Amino acid sequence: MSIVIETQELTKKFGAFTAVDHISFSVEKGEIFGFLGANGAGKTTAMRMLCGLSKPTSGKGFVAGYNIEKESEMVKKNIGYMSQKFSLYEDLKVWENIRLYAGIYGVDGKLIPRKTDETLSKIGLSGEKNSMVKELPLGWKQKLAFSVAILHEPRIVFLDEPTGGVDPITRRQFWEMIYEATERGITVFVTTHYMDEAEYCSRVSIMVDGRIDALDTPHNLRTQFSAQNMDEVFRRLARKAKRMDT
Amino acid sequence: MDNAILKCLSINKRYGDVQALTNIDLTVKKGELFGLIGPDGAGKTSLFRILTSLLPADSGTAVVNGLDVEKDFRELRRQIGYMPGRFSLYQDLSVEENLNFFATIFNTTVKENYHLVSDIYRHIEPFKNRRAGKLSGGMKQKLALSCALIHKPTVLFLDEPTTGVDPVSRKEFWEMLKNLKEQGITIIVSTPYMDEAGLCDRIALIQHGKMLSVETPDRITAQFPHKLYRAESKNNYALLGALRQNPEVKSAYMFGEYLHVVFKDKLPHYDETNSKSEDNTQIVFNEIEPCIEDCFIALMNE
Amino acid sequence: MKTISQFLAFVKKEFYHIFRDTRTMLIIIGIPVIQILIIGFAISTEVKNVKIAVYDPSNDISTQKIINRLSSSDHFLFVQHLKSTEEVEGVFKKGKIGMAIIFGSNFNEHLLHTGEASVQLIADATDPNQGLVATVYASSIIADYQQELMQALEIPIQIIPEIRMLYNPEMRSAYNFVPGLMGMIFMLICAMMTSVAIVREKETGTMEVLLTSPVKPIYIIISKMVPYFIISWFIFIIILLMSVFVLKVPVSGSLLWLNVFTLIFIVVALSLGLFISTMVNTQVAAILFSGMGLIMPVMIFSGFIFPIESMPKILQYFSCIIPARWFISGARKLMIEDVEVRYVLKEMFILTGMAIGILVVSLKNFKTRLE
Repeated sequence: MSIVIETQELTKKFGAFTAVDHISFSVEKGEIFGFLGANGAGKTTAMRMLCGLSKPTSGKGFVAGYNIEKESEMVKKNIGYMSQKFSLYEDLKVWENIRLYAGIYGVDGKLIPRKTDETLSKIGLSGEKNSMVKELPLGWKQKLAFSVAILHEPRIVFLDEPTGGVDPITRRQFWEMIYEATERGITVFVTTHYMDEAEYCSRVSIMVDGRIDALDTPHNLRTQFSAQNMDEVFRRLARKAKRMDT
Repeated sequence: MDNAILKCLSINKRYGDVQALTNIDLTVKKGELFGLIGPDGAGKTSLFRILTSLLPADSGTAVVNGLDVEKDFRELRRQIGYMPGRFSLYQDLSVEENLNFFATIFNTTVKENYHLVSDIYRHIEPFKNRRAGKLSGGMKQKLALSCALIHKPTVLFLDEPTTGVDPVSRKEFWEMLKNLKEQGITIIVSTPYMDEAGLCDRIALIQHGKMLSVETPDRITAQFPHKLYRAESKNNYALLGALRQNPEVKSAYMFGEYLHVVFKDKLPHYDETNSKSEDNTQIVFNEIEPCIEDCFIALMNE
Repeated sequence: MKTISQFLAFVKKEFYHIFRDTRTMLIIIGIPVIQILIIGFAISTEVKNVKIAVYDPSNDISTQKIINRLSSSDHFLFVQHLKSTEEVEGVFKKGKIGMAIIFGSNFNEHLLHTGEASVQLIADATDPNQGLVATVYASSIIADYQQELMQALEIPIQIIPEIRMLYNPEMRSAYNFVPGLMGMIFMLICAMMTSVAIVREKETGTMEVLLTSPVKPIYIIISKMVPYFIISWFIFIIILLMSVFVLKVPVSGSLLWLNVFTLIFIVVALSLGLFISTMVNTQVAAILFSGMGLIMPVMIFSGFIFPIESMPKILQYFSCIIPARWFISGARKLMIEDVEVRYVLKEMFILTGMAIGILVVSLKNFKTRLE
């Protein structure tokens, strides 16, 4: 197995405040890596550094083999990113969004129409090709956003709370899409507040006050904390948190 | 129901082409902790806005605490507390200034009703001089709740107070709601998290602007029409694919570390389900009680 | 009593918003002060050593005496004699002189025989203040000479200075900009800030809570307007003080009426802000609307920068619906032309009418619900 994400003592400080505190972990190719933590634990900051959007204060990080500090452009070429808040242009049509992102990530122009049709039929949105994105229900949007984020076959896709507020069936369809992507060799790095979704991950890390306090398979974590489910594991760890700033 | 504090009858609401709410009937009893449960876009916020007199319904009637939401909206606004989906606080005012302001506009003072909010407010009181914008998500939630409570409302509407909040803060928040309920305040709360349903006295499941079911959580799960099995294997995703192709399987969904499976008839023989996923050697089926999310999925599929 | 305390709580909160936002404070205080200072630098109030050229075909005793007196004063500096009137334009254009003095032929003879002679004073009015003051000084030096000569000769004589201003015949002076500047600043503070302040509450969702409270919507609105009203008045006084002490604008008109007139305009601007806030739902839209819809027209159509009289007829009619046009015209009269209040009654009535009209429309538009 090859390692696609690796951090060594990765740290980010904002003034006197240490948002991310010397975290070290690695993610293997094809894993679904769950990145959990309470609000304000430092998840978003860590994720921004891994995507090459923010420079670490100290420590090192490698994503897809590239140094996140020095080769952030190469990092960006090899990752996909999707967040709950923004991913698609609401005032563009479905196919226009796909074409736009395909263009941005340098997908061969001749392939774009075929890719568009494939993507849409895979998620059952062929009939909505000409709809404005803002007219779609949230769950459909999120499925579409995910397909768009992996359109260019990135090595890693980062998902920031992709299923918040999505209905239970679409939420599961979304996770089936994630599994399918990993079978194609894409590594998935995901944050969520749904603890049942933590169980779907190959491995889960739990951040508390900027540090990674636990990292293992869901099964091992449950055993380690002698807990019934991930919810309990999470609560045990997060209760220790002292920090309150967001 | 004589002790109904909220009653609405065939409420309809349409925005342009979108039918946001269709024939909503709902009754909430006095002193209840009532949950409105459904995903984003189900119509929860529209219904809340109609019930709090912020939005006129296209048709139908709604009466809260004996007051019509259209005709008696002024008096109604005196008696209800409302916490909109985004924590509606003034980010540039301090914790204390926010609370004082909301007390004053509701014709009261913090001193007068401090006992109502003290349980919640004392968590954030040490930071009373901090600007609301600088609080963490959980603390903002507490402050917003204090502000919605400070005028001693008889009915409290909380629109998705736990969305985007981590499980620990969510748990704490529900504890606070339980305490409020004991003080006699009727609480109507909406949430997209199905696991919070069990914490309510009664719940309404809502999807695409329609009520799927209104009942106590226990009764809703008791009404689940099938036998539900929990499947466990080394590779659930592969098993899921196999189950979906099996003609005997009615539905199969991932649920945490398990799969929840409903068969069309009875549990077929072990090996039959196994046959299509050779790499999955150990598959265990156990009959289980359904949860609210199982029921929601079943109702959505109807 | 409760309503009053509610209202005061609102106003207090609004002041907190304003004082805690450095950007807002900078716009409110910084812009007026900086603008006045810029205008202050553009105006030089001291007139010294204005370079003069003289065309003197008479070259007699009177013209020589006048030229001597002018050159020996501190205000003027004799530069050259001109050979013909054609040269005048050339020396002005080269920037060699600030004023030209053109005597008629046989000046002294005319003066003694007919009792009348004329002299042309041509001043560069690019800086109207300088130009004007220079001609005033020159005229008074000539008048002094005339006085002395008259006493000596014991016959009535008169030297008539003909004054011509070059390059800026309307004498639009820099401090004429002050009323225009005020018009723009009040639009900015009252209209833009009020609309943004109201729309911000829609955006953050706090408006939902306010609307579900027992507070009457009209109080929400008025309490939003009060702080900006007070601040605008305060700004007005700052501008006034700075005009007097920095720009040396002689504000000799009725201060009371100037205040009344300005406050009416401030109300118009506030109601415009309110009107915008009832139409849009985002702060960006509010800024765009008030920027494009209010502040730009003030600059273009109010007579602030481009004189209304030289606009095409259709634009002149259009300018009538711009409130700032009436404010600027009235304020110029009251501040600079120092006229009695009855001459600005028309402006005052129009602005009052506009204020009432816009206020009524926007109060009707302001929704007590979200839709």
